[in-house]
Order: sequence, then C-alpha cells, then structure tokens
Amino acid sequence: MSGPAPARPPLLEVHDLTVNFSGSDGVARAVDGVDLTVEEGETVGLVGESGCGKSVTALAILRLVEPPGHIAHGSSVRLGGRDLLALGAKEIRAVRGNHVALVFQEPLSALNPVLRIGNQIAEAIRAHEAVTRGTARWRAVEMLTAVGIPDAKRRASAYAHQLSGGMRQRVLLAMALACRPQLLLADEPTTALDVTIQAEILELLDGLQRKLGMAVLLITHNLGIVAERTRRVYVMYAGQIVEEAATEQLFAAPAHPYTEGLLAAIPRLDERRDRLQAIPGQVPPATAWPEGCRFHPRCPHAWAKCGTEMPPLLEVTPGHRARCWLVKEPERRKK
Amino acid sequence: MTATPLVEVRDLVTHFTHRVGLFGTRREVVQAVNGVSLDVAARETLGLVGESGCGKTTLGRTILRLVARTSGEVRFDGQDVFALDLAALRRMRRRMQIIFQDPDGSLNPRLSIGRAVREGIEVHRLARGAEADGRVEALLAEVGLPAGSAARYPHEFSGGQRQRACIARALAVEPEFIVCDEPVSALDVSVQAQVLNLLLDLQARRGLSYLFISHDLAVVRHVAPRVAVMYLGRIVEHGPSDGIYQRPLHPYTQALLTAVPVPDPKTKRARVVLAGDPPSPVNPPGGCPFHPRCQHPGKNESCRTVRPELRELAPGHQVACHLADR
Repeated sequence: MSGPAPARPPLLEVHDLTVNFSGSDGVARAVDGVDLTVEEGETVGLVGESGCGKSVTALAILRLVEPPGHIAHGSSVRLGGRDLLALGAKEIRAVRGNHVALVFQEPLSALNPVLRIGNQIAEAIRAHEAVTRGTARWRAVEMLTAVGIPDAKRRASAYAHQLSGGMRQRVLLAMALACRPQLLLADEPTTALDVTIQAEILELLDGLQRKLGMAVLLITHNLGIVAERTRRVYVMYAGQIVEEAATEQLFAAPAHPYTEGLLAAIPRLDERRDRLQAIPGQVPPATAWPEGCRFHPRCPHAWAKCGTEMPPLLEVTPGHRARCWLVKEPERRKK
Repeated sequence: MTATPLVEVRDLVTHFTHRVGLFGTRREVVQAVNGVSLDVAARETLGLVGESGCGKTTLGRTILRLVARTSGEVRFDGQDVFALDLAALRRMRRRMQIIFQDPDGSLNPRLSIGRAVREGIEVHRLARGAEADGRVEALLAEVGLPAGSAARYPHEFSGGQRQRACIARALAVEPEFIVCDEPVSALDVSVQAQVLNLLLDLQARRGLSYLFISHDLAVVRHVAPRVAVMYLGRIVEHGPSDGIYQRPLHPYTQALLTAVPVPDPKTKRARVVLAGDPPSPVNPPGGCPFHPRCQHPGKNESCRTVRPELRELAPGHQVACHLADR
C-alpha cells in the first residue's frame, strides 16, 4: 500500500470557535467551541433551529460579529491555512467578498435602496479588483445574466424595491459571486421565498457552484434542503455542534437524540403520519444553557450522568460523530 | 360530505383599490380573491395552500367578514354572513375565530396572558368573576401552558408558548370554526410539531372545524383530509389530500409538490422548475391565470384565452385546467 498523499489543509477550518454576547442577563455563549471544516468545492450543511448559533457562526467566520458580541480568545478560523482572526482590518476586508462571500435570508435589507442594482454590483467588484468603471459595469450585467435575471442589461438600472423577493435574492447572489469567491456562506438563502422560487434559486446556486468550483456552507433549518443539497452536515444545538456526518449517514442513522427528534418532528410530503413526534420543551436561552448535556432536559433517554457531564463529540463510525453518551453506552437507549 | 356544510363560500370576490404613484393619482385594483367557492363541513379541516400573494389570507379574512367582499356569498351555519347587522355579526363572531401566523403581533404586550384570554369571555358575557378565572385557568391548561401562566406577560414566553396562548384566546369564546392562518410558520420544527398536535387534539376533543391556511404543503397534508390549491385569487385544484398529493392534476400543483425538498437524501425526483415569478394580482393574465408559467407540453391557444373552470375528474377531485385529462 502506498503512503497517504500529503494532506492538503481544508479550505475552511474552524476550531474551538466561541462567541460571547455580554448583556444585562449575563454572558450568552451563543457559539461554544465549534469545530468545522469545509473542503474545496464541497457543499456542507449547518443545520439547527433559531437561537442555536448557526448564523453567529457564519458572521464570526468573516469577523462580522458586532458588539456586545465578541469572538473569544483561543478561537481559530483558517481559510486555506491563513488565520482570519489574526488579520488586520484592511486584510479581512479584502477576504470578504474576494475569497469568502455571504448571502443572507433577507435580501431587501442587504441591498442599498438608493443605488441601482447594477451599480451596486459594479461597486462591489471595484472594491476588490482594480478594474475600470466600464469593465465593472459590464461584469455586473454578465453576473445578473448568470443568475438568471431576464433582460439583465435593462434590469441593472432598477432599484431593489422594484424587484420581487426572488429577483432580489438573485441580485444578492450575483453580488456575492461577482468576485468569484472560493467559499460562499449562505445563511437561510431561500427561507423568505416561496417554494417554487426556492427551488429555482437552489438549482441556480448548484449550477453556479459547479461552474465556479466554489465551496458552500449552507446554513438552514430546513432538513429537506440539507438532504437534497449537501454532502456533509453539522447539526447545531444550544451553541454546540451535536452531530456531524455524511448527509446520507445522518438521515439513515442519526446518532444524537436531538437529530432523531428533528427528523421525527417534520411533517412529510411523501408519507402521511398520524401524529408528529414533537420534541418536548423549548430550546433553552443562551444565557442559561443546561448543565451537562445541553439537550438532556428534552431527551427521552437521559440518565443521571447526562445532567452533570457534558459529552464530547464521540465517534460513531469514521466521519460520523455525536455529542451523546449513548455512543459509549448504547444499552441505555430506551426503546 | 355532510348535508349542510358549516361554512359555504360561493363565487367570493374581494378586490382592493389603492392609490399608487407619487401623488396617489393612479388607482390600482388588486384582485386578491377572484371567484372562490368552497365548503367546510362540521368537524372537518380544509387545507388551503398557495404561495405568497395568491390571496389565501384575504380569502380567510373575507370569510370572517374582517375584510369587505366585492361580490359573492358566505354562509355560516346557513346564515348569510354579509347580511347580518352588527349585533348579529358580533354574535356570529363568537362562533368563528382566527389564529394568525405571528403570535407576537396579535398579543397585546401590556396585557397578561390571562387578561387576553379573559377578554373574549367577558365581551361575549360567557362568564364573570371567579367563574371566568376558572375558565381561563382551564383553557391555559388545555393548550399546555404551565400553571401560573395567566399572570405572566407575552414577552415571558417563547414563540411556541405565545401561539398556545393565542389558541387559548380563540377557544375562550367556544367557537365552532377557526381560520388558522399560517399558525406554525413562525415556529421551529420541534415546536411546530407540538402546536400541530395540539390543534389536532383540540379538534378531536371539541369538534372544531378548521380552514387551515399555509404555504407549507407538508404541514397541510398532515392536518387536512381535503385540500384546495390557490393561485392568483382562484382555486385551481381541490379534492381529497391523498388524491392531490399522490396524483396532482394541475400543472401548478405538480410544480409546487416537486419544489418541496424532501428530507431523504436517497430520494431523487424529477423536478418541474417554474420559470419566472407569479404575475401580479393587479393585472392577472387572461385565460388560465397560470399559463405564463405553465410547463405543460400541450399548452395551447385556449390556455391563453379561455379561463378554465373547475371540473371534476376523479370523485371529489376538481381541477381548473384545460389539459388535465390529456
């Protein structure tokens, strides 16, 4: 057997990322020791419910967390081996848009209402590349065409409010992709859109990704989107990664009771269930994560140890890890 | 279906006029609901699905006479809702309630949950004093809120709990019919399942009828044995959910169903991807309202010029499409 090929560092390597928000109710540990990697060209899902820390994770990767939030000492975010948390203000600005781009759920608030969309994209290009106004403008129209905006040359002089939600999300994608980033952080990019438009945008994103060879971290609460669009997935709960696996593996054999609970709780189109299995209780507030395993108050299998000792991410099979003591003591699982 | 449905809607039309342009000199007519007929039987749930702007919310509100109709008829338990005088309308309102998508916007932040629930009981003089207190406690317990919730304020609760409070408030006046307008859309999946289960339990226990409005087809399949699909102010398909979900006949329903991502990585489906955005209800296209986006290979001149009426193609399963049986 030949030796392993020299390991190339992953495109994105997040290690022990912790983001605290200090407020009147104490310190909220919104993101707590998150480790994740994205390889070049790969689509990775980051899934969880509101307040789990998935959006803050994306913002922290680009150092866009605003006070009172701050990234804790000891966190590390590496892009192609370069430590983004150690960069100066000017250097991190160059990374944003150029190497890593971000698209949000709400396209209207991310677009400037008084700038024509074509100029907005051209400006983004000129902020990162030394090109003439004319070239930037031409590339903006090209980008608008690439994201499927009909009659892009004319539409480039429209303002954001003149466009539909789906069109605005396309404009945002065009802007994000104008500098051909290596990594796109897509935070609920289709949540505000109707399903038919969502399908169009996701198809479009797939096509552009293949064409540009770009990696995507797809942040969503929608397990259907994760199943259809990602190769690997991280599940977040209460600020932590609680499970990571290849997407097929996660859906075929979820190891964390939270993941299992989520999968049982969604109504399905493809089968009619008489009763949904709800997860009891509520997501705890970030200022008061429970002791031990953070899911234990809602977990059907929890025993004494779960209330006192926080489980680490334990290996289920190679590439599949879960933050649950059941991995070590499967006999504790209740039928 | 039963002899007399609880709610009968016939040819209902709701148009809004609003002024547009810099000086409000131009008038636009939004054709939100454009000739809808449907029935909801006692103890039944009718699901109403469609995308934003299709008119489903306006339809729900017009049925309750929260919005003025332009023409058409709504009968509740045989009575013409639009013919009632204000006193009679108020009595009727006790029997029909609505739950909204956004529990935050529909609860007064300065009113304790108990007061919010009690209001309807007092307005309709259903109980007073200690008896009313007892009813409030029982209602809050019935929707699964912890003891002591009555004295607390909306901000002290999570989104799911606030929606439970809204449900308790709707139930306080002992309605027979509830319009549920996207009741779980703002909730996380794990909590959404709790609220859906609650709505199903309440229906079984109290014999309620629901008009369940949602953009989420999977949620509707779960709660509604009968479904109506709405597009640009019209019902384009209507029938038993098993039929509609397993064998959708309208090209729009087909596109809608294939667009929903299925949480199973092994499922690979052929997807009908629609081109373009839905047209504006200010200026709906002639002929079939769906024709500009329709991907049916047999699309022809009559689709552009003749509006298809609903036709029954399977028992109880109606579709408004010229090509559905080709």
